Amino acid sequence: MTGMFIALLLREIRLSARIGGGFSAGIVFFLTLVTIIPFAIGPDLALLAKIGPAILWIASVLSTLIGLDRLFQADEEDGSLDLLKMSQLPFVWVVFGKCVAHWMTTGLPLTIFAPILGLLLALDGNSTGTVFLTLLVGTPALTFIGAIGAALTASLRRGGLILSVLVLPLMIPILIFGVLATESSQLGVAHFASHFAILGGLTLLSIVFGVSLSTLALSTTE
Amino acid sequence: MMASEADIPHVEIKNLGCSRAGRKIFENIGFSLRSGSLLIIEGRNGSGKTSLLRILAGLLKNDAGDIILSGPDFSESNVENFHFIGHKEGLKAALTVSETLKFWQILLGKGKASIPDALEIVGLSHVSLLPCSYLSAGQRRRLILARLLVSHRPIWLLDEPMTALDTSAKTMFENIVTEHLSEGGIVVIATHEPISIPHQTLSLGSLS
Repeated sequence: MTGMFIALLLREIRLSARIGGGFSAGIVFFLTLVTIIPFAIGPDLALLAKIGPAILWIASVLSTLIGLDRLFQADEEDGSLDLLKMSQLPFVWVVFGKCVAHWMTTGLPLTIFAPILGLLLALDGNSTGTVFLTLLVGTPALTFIGAIGAALTASLRRGGLILSVLVLPLMIPILIFGVLATESSQLGVAHFASHFAILGGLTLLSIVFGVSLSTLALSTTE
Repeated sequence: MMASEADIPHVEIKNLGCSRAGRKIFENIGFSLRSGSLLIIEGRNGSGKTSLLRILAGLLKNDAGDIILSGPDFSESNVENFHFIGHKEGLKAALTVSETLKFWQILLGKGKASIPDALEIVGLSHVSLLPCSYLSAGQRRRLILARLLVSHRPIWLLDEPMTALDTSAKTMFENIVTEHLSEGGIVVIATHEPISIPHQTLSLGSLS
């Protein structure tokens, strides 16, 4: 089963790299959004440093949404989804694999770019480190929550907007605890750890519910 | 030694019924297929040929009836016994011909034919490194026939498999089906095209 899971991951990453679309569009959107905000706010470094983690987190949430509608829709449209349902890899693992590949091509690059963009937002070393950590732990939740919406709208031709409306409210707790954990790091390790642990817990819940509900939604799609 | 009845791969369909959007498509469909059988499903457009194949493949729920598989070659999971070719080809424009076959060979289970052999049989060896986006409609159809060969599935469910195939490719397709049947496989084809292989026929009429 491991071989099949790795084959699925490699296929998804290869497709993402070759087609571009969600992967590159998400990164470009993230870079653009974070880059233009300092121009709008002006040279107030203290303000930038204060709201910097929130900017990075909001940009991550919005960038994750770009291309998320294609997570299952592309396979539904070309018939691959039917074959994936008939594969020897249990369908729940297919859904999990596609979500992991989506995170590796969207959430992970955003997390890696965030510390570099932190320089533009005048973040200090501590904030940069905690933003990186919270994004590393929190962005998988964005993908897995988004997968529920992507599965529900897989057979809709223009499901992108509906998907955003469906999943954005569910992503708000992730956003809140991601930013809170970063801000509370200034108050000490204990404050950071409590918020970070909740963020980790939310991510684990998102993985469980995201995979199971997406699998259920796609299994009932005819 | 004679094989016992239980050892012979066998598909039995009993009283199958299907409705779509509140409209009854067909009802009381029943047939039995043994190892080496070919069933051709005929019927006018909208008579439920595709729906029947999708029900057999486990991709669509039936309203009534049972699908019973028996035999030593069948997997415990019903869906893993079937290979379904539908109107949608399941090909990714950005993947090469070889990458496509390699992926499905892993996911669907390795068949008897290697990827180079399968490409040779369907006449696509010269485009093995090309992305699928460069293939013509007929070549795409040949590629999904190659996918049948590289994966191990005893029952093939083929929905209009000869669409876009030229005359030589249709002969090649019949050879592939004959070979699969001779190895004990079962094939169900929904088609409007004539087929020269001996077969049973199921005609789906329209229900008012």
